[in-house]
Amino acid sequence: MKRKVNSEKAFHAFAFAVLLLLAVICILPVGLVVIASFTDEHTLLAQGYRFLPEKYSLAAYQYLWKQSAMMLRAYGVSIFVTAAGTCVSVILSMMFAYPLSRKDFKYRNLFSFLVFFTMLFSGGIVPSYMMWSSFFHIKDSILALIIPTYLMSAFHILLIRNYYTNSIPNELVEAARIDGASELLIFGRIMLPLSVPVIATVGLFTGLAYWNDWINGLYYINDPKLYSIQNLLIRLMNNIQYLNSGAAAGAISGGISTLPSTSVRMAIAVVGVIPVVIAYPFLQKYLIRGTVMGAVKG
Amino acid sequence: MRADAQKRRARKRNLIYILFLLPGLIYLLINDYIPMFGVFIAFKNIDYGKGIFKSDWIGLQNFRFLFKTKDALIMTRNTLLYNLVFIVLGTVFAIFVAILLCELGEKLSARIFQSALILPYLLSWVIISYVVFAFLSSDTGYVNKAILEPAGKSGVNWYGESFYWIFILIFVYLWKSAGYQSIVYMANIAGIDSSIKEAARIDGANKLQEIRYVVLPLLKPTVIIMTLMAVGRIFYSDFGLFYQVPMDSGALYPTTQTIDTYVYRGLMKLNDIGMASAAGVYQSMVGFVLVLLSNLAVRRIDPDNALF
Repeated sequence: MKRKVNSEKAFHAFAFAVLLLLAVICILPVGLVVIASFTDEHTLLAQGYRFLPEKYSLAAYQYLWKQSAMMLRAYGVSIFVTAAGTCVSVILSMMFAYPLSRKDFKYRNLFSFLVFFTMLFSGGIVPSYMMWSSFFHIKDSILALIIPTYLMSAFHILLIRNYYTNSIPNELVEAARIDGASELLIFGRIMLPLSVPVIATVGLFTGLAYWNDWINGLYYINDPKLYSIQNLLIRLMNNIQYLNSGAAAGAISGGISTLPSTSVRMAIAVVGVIPVVIAYPFLQKYLIRGTVMGAVKG
Repeated sequence: MRADAQKRRARKRNLIYILFLLPGLIYLLINDYIPMFGVFIAFKNIDYGKGIFKSDWIGLQNFRFLFKTKDALIMTRNTLLYNLVFIVLGTVFAIFVAILLCELGEKLSARIFQSALILPYLLSWVIISYVVFAFLSSDTGYVNKAILEPAGKSGVNWYGESFYWIFILIFVYLWKSAGYQSIVYMANIAGIDSSIKEAARIDGANKLQEIRYVVLPLLKPTVIIMTLMAVGRIFYSDFGLFYQVPMDSGALYPTTQTIDTYVYRGLMKLNDIGMASAAGVYQSMVGFVLVLLSNLAVRRIDPDNALF
């Protein structure tokens, strides 16, 4: 009996130790980027990125602060795209899922199939790119960051439809109907208020996808004014001097004469992650809930 | 009379339902369905002077050219092999992490560990490419400057040596996704009836035996379903992992080129629409067959989890 208790304790300790190690492996690399952004430029160039650099410095952030126009602009683009994209996406998906959840909708199966089929087959990026760029002329407009690919996801519609069917009692809808409520009223006053958990889940998934997206920008945006924070980061990785170019160059007058390029790069990456880290505590709960809901189909 | 009124009401309601669908439907038709018909581009010699529709039909010529190149073999091999390794190692790691997290139960430490393990999943591939760069940059990277050089070895030009990337990409993939994937298995383990574990314990099973004979067998259906679904996507790769993380470095193509990166480079960098669209259609078609097959298999095992 005692041996068994010991084996259980040993396993518990083992689990704790291994998880601690894995957690460190997950966090530390990100930590290296954060520390690099606070490292003195000369120290960086001489010793490389270190977890415990000899000399710390705020120069990178001071530089960003003074040169903030380009970064603030990219930040603004990211915020706008994320907010607008998420709102429109959630509204479209909630509306689309509603009829699919109603048993009295005659074409329910047809439209469900239309959604499912997009999960099975896709025409690929070439025709899609040609359509958006040559037919809708979406290149170098803010819409290019919002509309292609992300606005509606079959997976989200599935999630919402299942939530409507399983978590909102049909009696509620029937009762409202007997009271003479219109479909719009039922949708607005019953379905939406009762769907807050699934709205939060889908909204956070979508918001994360928009904030982290760089592929639409890669395909459709050449105009630096429309760079999102991710696309700005890609540009800076290829050419850090880009920060000094163009309109921003006029802003430097004395002060910081040389660009602390190695650390500035990392500082912008840190600034780009901050919103995700702030949202993370809220995100995690819904992320887990959504993942479980999606995997174990209701 | 009453039946008539009822019918009219039903018709009106169906109409309203369609109005609800309409905005999403328009988007779906444009974003998903029009490009499906756009696969015809691969069978044409696209000439912007003539326009997409008036360009000449050339049958399978684009495909013949594509499969004559070395690239076709390399990108197919890379896509398939990486995905296979990802499926196997990803599942093993996810289950391992899930079992450990469940062992700690509801404790605060378990929640903190889980937060840390999911964090990489929330980062964009661009940010991850910065993290990787901090380690692998040849001038200032941590691996060269803090590990290899102090040990008296010369630094490696990481972005120029394709061999290492087999392991780097696998590591980065697991780093980003193992914690996230463990969520599903955790939910499964948490759902196991505790009386089964209790019974095993009374029969004298130790912890490892409990995992081996109780937990793993009960996870089997989920593993099979998740694996089959992943197999259905085996012809697709994560563009960010294979394009952005290696910084689009040409020297690395032998081990980083996948179908998705090939299509992007053909379309945007080389302006070779013929090859890009042929590779895209190749991916769509084989991918479609694989999804159908895997779904067929899923339906045989567990109809509830089948897509259709």
